This record gives sequence, C-alpha cells and structure tokens, in this order.
Amino acid sequence: MKQYGKYLFLLPGLLVLTLFMIIPIAGTILSTFFDAGSFTLAGYMQYLQDPYFLNILWVTLRTSLLTTLICILLAFPAAYYISKCRPRMKMILLLLSIFPLLTSPVVRSFSWMVILGKGGIIDNTMALFGSDTSISILYTPTAILIGLVHLFLPLSIITLVGVMENIGDDVVEAAKSLGASASTTFWHILLPLSVPGLMTGSILVFVGSFTAYTTPALLGGRESVISTFLYQNAVTLNDWQLASVVATIMIVLSFVVIGIMNWLAGKVAVRGGNIRG
Amino acid sequence: MANRWLGFVTLLVFTFLLGPLVIMLVSSFGEAGVLQFPPENWSLKWYANIFQGSMFMTAFQTSILVSFAGNMLALLVGLPAAYAMSRFQFKGKAFLQTLFISPVLIPGIVLGFALLRYIIVTFQIPVYTALFIGHTIIMLPFIVRVISSNLDNFDFSIEEAAVSLGASRVGAFFRIVLPNIKSGIIAGVLIAFLESFNNVDISVFMTGPGVSTLPIQMLTYVENYFDPTIAALSVLLMALTAVLMFVIERLVGISYFTKK
Repeated sequence: MKQYGKYLFLLPGLLVLTLFMIIPIAGTILSTFFDAGSFTLAGYMQYLQDPYFLNILWVTLRTSLLTTLICILLAFPAAYYISKCRPRMKMILLLLSIFPLLTSPVVRSFSWMVILGKGGIIDNTMALFGSDTSISILYTPTAILIGLVHLFLPLSIITLVGVMENIGDDVVEAAKSLGASASTTFWHILLPLSVPGLMTGSILVFVGSFTAYTTPALLGGRESVISTFLYQNAVTLNDWQLASVVATIMIVLSFVVIGIMNWLAGKVAVRGGNIRG
Repeated sequence: MANRWLGFVTLLVFTFLLGPLVIMLVSSFGEAGVLQFPPENWSLKWYANIFQGSMFMTAFQTSILVSFAGNMLALLVGLPAAYAMSRFQFKGKAFLQTLFISPVLIPGIVLGFALLRYIIVTFQIPVYTALFIGHTIIMLPFIVRVISSNLDNFDFSIEEAAVSLGASRVGAFFRIVLPNIKSGIIAGVLIAFLESFNNVDISVFMTGPGVSTLPIQMLTYVENYFDPTIAALSVLLMALTAVLMFVIERLVGISYFTKK
C-alpha cells in the first residue's frame, strides 16, 4: 500500500500527459500506418519519392547542419573567453547571452527583417555602392540560416561555458609548462575536454533548427522548411494524412539524431575520461 | 596575444547577437511609416499605436490569461510529481523523469498539430480551452525541472524531524518543505511563463474567432504591414523579458541556465 502511495503524487501529472500528449502524439503516428483500417506504408512511399518534399527535407537538414556548425565555430572561442573572465565580467556576458535566449523568437526574427528587408541596413549599404537593390537576402534560405544562428548561438555559448568552467586552469597550465604549443593545448586538451558540452549543445541546436517554425516562417517567405510545410498542409490545405506523415518523420529524425549524438558523446567521453585521469 | 584574439571574436559574437535588437530599438522611434535605420524623424506614435484598437490588447489579455491558468495547472500537477521524484525511490523513476521532461523533446510544431487534430477536432474541446491545455503541457517540464533541482538540494531529514516531533505529513510539507523551495517554485513559474508567453509552435494551431495569443497576432500583423508598430511592441516585450530575467537570477542564480 505504502509503495503505491508514492505513485499517487505522480498520478495527476501522468493523467495530463497521457490525455494531452501521449494519446494525440501516438494517434498521429499510428494514423500514418493505416488506411481504411488496414496496415499500409503507402503514405511514406508516396512522399519519400516526391521530389518536392525531398527537396524541402534536404534544405531543412542542410540548414540545420550549417546552423550547428556555425554555432560551434562562433560559440567555442566566445565561451572560452567568457569562462576565463573575472567573475563580474563573466556575469555580465552570461546575462547578455541569456537575455536573447529568453526573448521571443518573433521579436528576434523580426529584428532581422528590419536589417535584411527593403530599406534595411544591408539594402541601403548595397544601394550606396550602386548595387542592384531589387535583390534582397530576406525570404531566402540564407536569411533562415542567419536567423537560426542568431536564435541558437546563445544556447551553444551557455552550454559550452558550463563545461569549460569545469576545465581547471591547472590542466591548461600543466600542458603549457610541459612545452605544449597553444595549438597542441587546444587540440589535445581543450577540445577533447569540451566534447561533452559541445555534443549537448549541438544536439539542442540541430534538433531545434530542424524543427523551428517561427524563424523560417518570418524570414523564409515562400521558401518552405519541414515545419512550415507541416503547418501549410495541416492548416491551409487541410491534408491531415500528409501532415501526420511529416510529423512522424520529424519525430523519428529528431530522436535518431539525439540517439546518434548521445552514442557519439558516450564514445568520446570515454576518451576524455582517460585524459582526465 | 591569444586572449586579444579571443576577446575580438567574443566582441563580434555579441555584436551579432545584440546588434539587431539595438537597431530595432532605435528604429521603433522613427516617424516614418516604414522601418528606417537610422530614422530621419523621431516619434513615439508607434508606441501609442499599440494601445489604439483592440488587436494587440485582446491578444495580450489572452496570452496572459492562458499563461497564468496553464501555469497554475502545471504547478498543481507538477509540484507533487517533482516532490515524489526527489523524495522517494521507486520502480520506473528514470523513465518517469524523462516522461515529465518529454514535452520539450517533441518538436513543438508536431505537438501543436497533434493537439489540433485530437483535442480540438476529435475531443471537440473549444479552441480557448485547448490553448490552455497545450500551454499547460509545454510548461510542465520547466516547472518540474526547476522545482526538482531545488528539491534535490533540500535535506529531507528536516521534514522527517518535523513529523517525528508531531507534525502531520501534510503540515510538514506546507510548513517545512514548501517555504524552503519557495524561490525554486517562483523561478519555475516565471521561466515557464516566459516559455508559454513566447510560444508560437502550439498557439499557431489554436487560433479561432477572437482567440489569438500576442506572438500569433504579431506574426499576422507582420504578414500585412511593415510599419514600426511591431518594433515598438518588441521593445516593450524585451523590457518585460529583462525584468523577469533579473528576478529569476535573484531567485535561483545564473547557474540555473549554465547547468543544463
């Protein structure tokens, strides 16, 4: 009896989650495998051969991958610098990274419309040099990429700072005093020890950009990514079968990526563990 | 030398992160009907424009109401769950912990669509109620996570001491445990509030006649107009965000954000 009492605390939450998350999600996934009561994979066969859909999938994956890579490249030096700052400066820089993270994605994407759009800074600067102003970056995959990097860079920085704070100065100093060059210290000490944070951050950034809706919807214009494609099919075209197939593909791909990255992180962490001694 | 290079890159990174927000801030004070940077003439009329007409005010009310009600429900079911998961050992604990966090793992746009399909269409629940349910679901992980991390630092032997000294189980919870995790609860509520208040992915599926949250109303407005009203509204939202961020920092410290 006492044993079951513990589960009583969890019951209200489980009820809410079952009714309003598990059932709707499971229903959506299951519905894609059945047509008029019989099992079928026709939905997947149809869309996985459709060049239009495959192109959207490709653009989304490419953009997410590029976003992740750019975020790592920019966040790594910045996070290292922040982690080595004096407490007061570190606090200010961390708050400056957290602020965008908490700010509405609508606001942040809109701020890029101001810059990239007609009459924006980029547009005006181009005009100054006599460039053709009818070509705007806004509503292109590049605009989506810039918006996504802007959206997820704070997350990369913050997760990396968390890890780098745990790398003691003594480790780096020891390497230097033993004659390691700056680049050797970076490649053999700093990078391997940061891998866990790098992985966690990258999973969040990749899956986040792969499924992001607001930024592509605002900055992409007619350019579809998988999430805006799902929305169009569900709401504008009312094609729920296709929307459910896309939803299932998004869930599966997200979990596959999370799985692969976790597996990779586990492998590399073993190596890192050896270095740590 | 290396430090100077790192400092320069960091400066560029923060310029990239904050520059657009600053430019929007400046543009919001422009007089012209299109966004300009720098503006030729200055005016506060776009700020006044937000409050004229009911478009944004109604959406703001909806957002506040949905976030607040959803927050209370998420707290009501999340607090006991967080308590049990920190306090007790039981079978399937790791699985349940993941389950309570899972609403953030599922792509928001997928969850929004699934809720539209099942909650609104199959269960026939009105849009406004569905919006409230959807926001409860996305707030739950934040409530559970923040309160859990606060409870993990709580010494439950104090609670036991109170009980052995004659306090009832319920009394001990409300008079010993609750006051000790008060800051965690408030921080959890505020973080969840921001998450819900800014949400687009769920809300975008749950608009109906007269029902729309503020971010969705902003998206709709941007599709049709490109005047500085949204920039002005964004500035007000950034001010709200900044205030809440400092309150959260005071309550649970900055480490909440870096230790994820």
